[in-house]
Amino acid sequence: MPEEGVNLQKRRFLTTTTAVVGAVGAGFAAVPFIANWQPSQRARAAGAPEEADISGLAAGGLLRVKWRGKVCWIVRRTPQQVSELQALDSQLADPNSLASRQPVYCTNPHRSIKPDYFVAIGICTHLGCSPTFRPEVGPADLGADWQGGFYCPCHGSKFDMAGRVYAGVPAPTNLEIPPHRYLSDDVILIGTDGGDA
Amino acid sequence: MSLINWVDRRFPATKVWNEHLAEYYAPKNFNFWYFFGSLALLVLVNQIVTGVWLAMAYKPSAAEAFASVEYIMRDMDYGWLIRYLHSTGASAFFVVVYLHMFRGLIYGSYREPRELVWIIGLVIYLIMMATAFFGYLLPWGQMSYWGAQVIVNLFAAVPFVGEDLSVWIRGDYVISDATLNRFFALHFLLPFVLAALVFIHIVALHKVGSNNPDGIEIKQNKDEQGIPKDGIRFHPYYTVKDTVGVGVFLIFFTAVVFFWPDVGGLFLEAPNFEPANPLKTPEHIAPVWYFTPFYAMLRAIPPMFGSQFPGVLVMFASILILFALPWLDRSPVKSIRYKGGIFKFAITLFAISFVILGYLGMIPSTRVILGLEASFWAQIFTGLYFLFFILMPWYSRLNQAQPVPERVTA
Ligand code: HEM
Ligand code: FES
Repeated sequence: MPEEGVNLQKRRFLTTTTAVVGAVGAGFAAVPFIANWQPSQRARAAGAPEEADISGLAAGGLLRVKWRGKVCWIVRRTPQQVSELQALDSQLADPNSLASRQPVYCTNPHRSIKPDYFVAIGICTHLGCSPTFRPEVGPADLGADWQGGFYCPCHGSKFDMAGRVYAGVPAPTNLEIPPHRYLSDDVILIGTDGGDA
Repeated sequence: MSLINWVDRRFPATKVWNEHLAEYYAPKNFNFWYFFGSLALLVLVNQIVTGVWLAMAYKPSAAEAFASVEYIMRDMDYGWLIRYLHSTGASAFFVVVYLHMFRGLIYGSYREPRELVWIIGLVIYLIMMATAFFGYLLPWGQMSYWGAQVIVNLFAAVPFVGEDLSVWIRGDYVISDATLNRFFALHFLLPFVLAALVFIHIVALHKVGSNNPDGIEIKQNKDEQGIPKDGIRFHPYYTVKDTVGVGVFLIFFTAVVFFWPDVGGLFLEAPNFEPANPLKTPEHIAPVWYFTPFYAMLRAIPPMFGSQFPGVLVMFASILILFALPWLDRSPVKSIRYKGGIFKFAITLFAISFVILGYLGMIPSTRVILGLEASFWAQIFTGLYFLFFILMPWYSRLNQAQPVPERVTA
């Protein structure tokens, strides 16, 4: 190609500016495609609060409800299970739930509004499996020290009856507690607590 | 021959045929390890054909997916065959590709001038893994669901943006219908991307020429016509040889398809015969065998600073480090045949570590082996896996190489 009489500087300028404008355009064009992967309006609306009737829940029992597609547990702890919680503190990673996620009204030793009813999202804080409810004391596979709690089958994380994680297991924090409140003695509303806590 | 002339004036049909087959000179000393390239292509074609047929009856929705796969299996003529060809094909793909990659490792096929052939191959491997991961969600069984849950949550471990990133991948707060539907679209798309990459892989290979078990450049020894003295035409010599390889492969492949499609839970895992249940995780979950070495490395690393991210990093690093291989090996020779004992020892240890990690990734990490927990063993073998690469610049140079012959050996 004959190069005489060509203003190379001008050519470089035009090439660069065209390329930059093109790249910016491509960037904007990508936005709808990327944003399209966000949860749809319907998926977001499915986060509506869920009512759970706990009148049939016996002491020591567990009830599963679904909120935002996630499994939520409601456990009715026996007085003995509640009283044993404190004794475990030394074996736990975050006994006072300082690094864990729960509403302020559940940041207490039993991690619940009422000491006997424990509400939590039943999803392991490690990689999201649903731990198994293991209320029995000292079963063969979990050892004689086991005071009841939750055992995650995926990578062996252990939680106590207040969803507090044991030290030295893969899960870093305690089980998350969703916002919730009592509509009556028998009905819990999961997903909102009325306030914005 | 006027038709071919007519075509040739408009499209370089004869030229392409000659360049890549009839006049592509491959070293004459190819051995057993050289079957796996063409077998990988065969399996890719199998996946595409059976996949498209499955897609004609498969329903990518949370409500219908599981039942539609059962429908394919029970109510459609030969539906069971097409599905088993596809599910066995996925495992066969990884068997063949792992052997193909190991061939590259032992004969130094990643070295100059084949760095790009190696790197394109690794991109193919990454996309294959993504394809298999998306595909595994489709039957919407218990293992599909919880496997995807765990893997997508790996992204949630990324600091700061992780939570949003995992929601973006799922298109929902949990694995759901939205996730299934988009994974189906991606699962359909990626194999065609793979086909394009395989083409690029071969173009790059034919530019530099094939390596061989002696690790000699046959192009350095040409006759008067400029044809490598140690080269033979790919077609008909290797096309015929590879056809025999295909025959032998199909004997093993169809034996599994017909008589043992789940391979005792290795190719199709037992919990996947139960429909997905978001409320309950199966007793023991593990990925399919071809991912377990990486899964073992992930579990080997304990959480640090209240985050699982270090384990995730190690897992991805274990694959990314393969990209650096061409620049880590400083040995004066390519092939293991002429490398010294240190390299042979290192590569044996590496292969053993990979297989053991594969086993450790299948069993619960708390299982006790020889008095120690599986996760402890996983740490040891993860260390050995990485040392193979990290120490390579030193031991490969130290390594006492033997003289390389001028011409290829029988
Ligand atoms: C790289 C190639 C491919 C690989 C490695 C692959 C892998 C897989 C795997 C592991 C599964 C789950 C098998 C099971 O447990 O049943 C699957 C399912 C499926 N794949 Fe593929 N696949 C590939 C190509 C394709 C293509 C090209 C299509 C369609 C165009 C396709 C369509 C499907 C469908 C519809 C299913 C669901 C039915 C079922 O689960 O059997 N696949 N794939
Ligand atoms: S998901 Fe529970 S221990 Fe990993």
